[in-house]
Amino acid sequence: MPAEQHRLLTGWGRTAPTAATVVPLTEAAAQSTLKNPGERGVIARGLGRSYGDAAQNAGGVVLDGPAHAMLRAFDATTGVATLQAGVPLDALLRAMVPLGWFVPVTPGTRFVTVGGAVAADIHGKNHHVDGSFANHVTHLRLATPAGERTCSPEEDPDLFWATLGGMGLTGVILEAGVRLLPIATAFMRVDTERATDLDDLMARMALHDHRYRYSVAWIDCVTRGRALGRAVLTRGDHAELVDLPGRPHRAPLQYDPHTRLTAPSLVPSGVVRPGTAFLLNEAWYRKAPKLRRGAIRTVASFFHPLDGVRHWNRMYGKSGFLQYQFVVPFDREDVVRTAIQRLTAARCPSVLAVLKRFGAGNGGHLSFPQPGWSLALDLPVGTGDLPRILDELDVVVVEAGGRVYLAKDSRMSPEFVPVMYPRLSEWRAVCDRVDPDRVLQSDLDRRLALRRGRWKEP
Amino acid sequence: MRDALGAVQSVLVLGGSSDIGVAIAQKLARPRGASVVLAGRDAAALQAAAARVRGAGAGIVDTTAFDADDVDSHGELAQKLFAQRDYDVVVLAAGVLGDQAAAEADYREAVAVWRTNFLGCASIAMCVAQHLRRQGHGTLVVLSSVAAERVRRSNFVYGAAKAGLDGLAQGLGDSLVATGARVIVVRPGFVTTKMTQGRESVPFSSTPQAVADAVDNAIRRGSEIVWVPASLRLVMAVLRHVPRVVFRRLPL
Repeated sequence: MPAEQHRLLTGWGRTAPTAATVVPLTEAAAQSTLKNPGERGVIARGLGRSYGDAAQNAGGVVLDGPAHAMLRAFDATTGVATLQAGVPLDALLRAMVPLGWFVPVTPGTRFVTVGGAVAADIHGKNHHVDGSFANHVTHLRLATPAGERTCSPEEDPDLFWATLGGMGLTGVILEAGVRLLPIATAFMRVDTERATDLDDLMARMALHDHRYRYSVAWIDCVTRGRALGRAVLTRGDHAELVDLPGRPHRAPLQYDPHTRLTAPSLVPSGVVRPGTAFLLNEAWYRKAPKLRRGAIRTVASFFHPLDGVRHWNRMYGKSGFLQYQFVVPFDREDVVRTAIQRLTAARCPSVLAVLKRFGAGNGGHLSFPQPGWSLALDLPVGTGDLPRILDELDVVVVEAGGRVYLAKDSRMSPEFVPVMYPRLSEWRAVCDRVDPDRVLQSDLDRRLALRRGRWKEP
Repeated sequence: MRDALGAVQSVLVLGGSSDIGVAIAQKLARPRGASVVLAGRDAAALQAAAARVRGAGAGIVDTTAFDADDVDSHGELAQKLFAQRDYDVVVLAAGVLGDQAAAEADYREAVAVWRTNFLGCASIAMCVAQHLRRQGHGTLVVLSSVAAERVRRSNFVYGAAKAGLDGLAQGLGDSLVATGARVIVVRPGFVTTKMTQGRESVPFSSTPQAVADAVDNAIRRGSEIVWVPASLRLVMAVLRHVPRVVFRRLPL
């Protein structure tokens, strides 16, 4: 077993590094560290795709998930796969797509682990149809300081719903049962259209999203004025055999994604600035067809285009970047407009802004999705008046009845958490039950006081 | 915890009633209503300083006794402070200006300056660094001086202590690489404060607020050495290489 190491960790945004003792996550390691945790606690880490500090534990222990993970079992009659928590969705897709099964929910990258998907209750382009990851989890097995626990919607449902979206703070997730989606081909049938402004985009999404399993819009977040919010809307479904050209297709389930490029390790800060962001946004918009129906694309190019560039987060340079993602109810479209307006006006450029309509939420105490509009913006650190603008947007989001996504957050004020997540106290009660001595700790927990104030105030 | 945009949640100021220390605490505490602990010798002055920091929007503000000269107490003090909470930023702003003429006349006057400005500050810096290393994050801000970069005839007693502390802080910063903790060395020029009251203002002088802004910026950007005003860096890059025979005759 590789020895433990002491090293600096950051999230995907490469901001606010802290040091921890990193130990490979095995069931034995999880149980022994939870028993003898040291004074600064334990958190599990997957592939480090959370933008902020969710998988960091300054001065404590970080259990590194993907080290030895494997797919445990698969039941082809129910479609339920039993997976070790450290299994990356990438590995799961490579194993299961050729057999005709797909992950029920995938985020914009396939380099996340099953444990991370559970802890952040991730969502994808199909949220309006299929809900988030939690909706497809049949059971969980956790190592908690109070001992090993198995939970499901029927067995200890409180622990189950506290863990889905619980940011790893209810225990170390060891295993999850996940219901997979049967597919006929490894290809997507995709419709692409351009929307001329934000109203046009939202109208198109509201009208026709229900016809597609997957839908997402990329918004130009640099252009101001009348074309504010112009966008490229991409929607699609898994292609059936008849959709593929050259029938009968020779290998309808062939799945072979690869990374083509690797970002250099030393990119100066300031590559992504208003000027470059303008060029990228302009190019992206112009490149997209005004309207194209029924294009056949690979799974990788439809779901995970950024995975084609390894370490793409390095393009933001040493100072790093963050993602601001919020959801507001359907009748508060104005908040989406306000966010885009304020950021463009302040010349805080976003190269990647993604709008998505969410369907119903689930029982996860800290689960992010709720019905409404979700906007996610990648923003380089150190431009304009970003801290103040985001603080102001938090207030707008809260007042609209919305919330910010904890898995993406790296800068929010802790006071908003109980308002955004009204079931926080239920979640805390479950944490107190399985982890009374607060062994599970992370920098996110410290920063947002998720398990209420950690420090004795003198 | 320090967030992605550099806002912090808890600040400890050693030399907590100094104008620069208070200005830094006010600046750092504002965005997130950070908790602040002011540590210093003069209890009444600390209370007044605490009121100013509270007024700037800090959260809980506490004061505690800290005597830079009493190095034997430093280990226990640091232990006690860090047992209560993490500190995202520790500002080391303790120091005295001393009287150069008096120190030249009586060596004990000089020793007193060195005891506070070098020995005391270096001692508490070492104690703090140990706790920052243990907590795996945090920034130690050490108030050095432009006088440390090249010691001048006119205040070499003070300058020598600051030169020693500056060197220590740099070495300490290097020793903390990859521990999550880091050190920022701040080199202000002449700062108009109560410590320098009555002295004539000189070129490249600044204010406690300017120092605080520079420290805040350095925390956000991850700088290691900060000059206040920033232009001093260029000035000193030249002055550093001026021959001694010329340098000692300069009206500095």
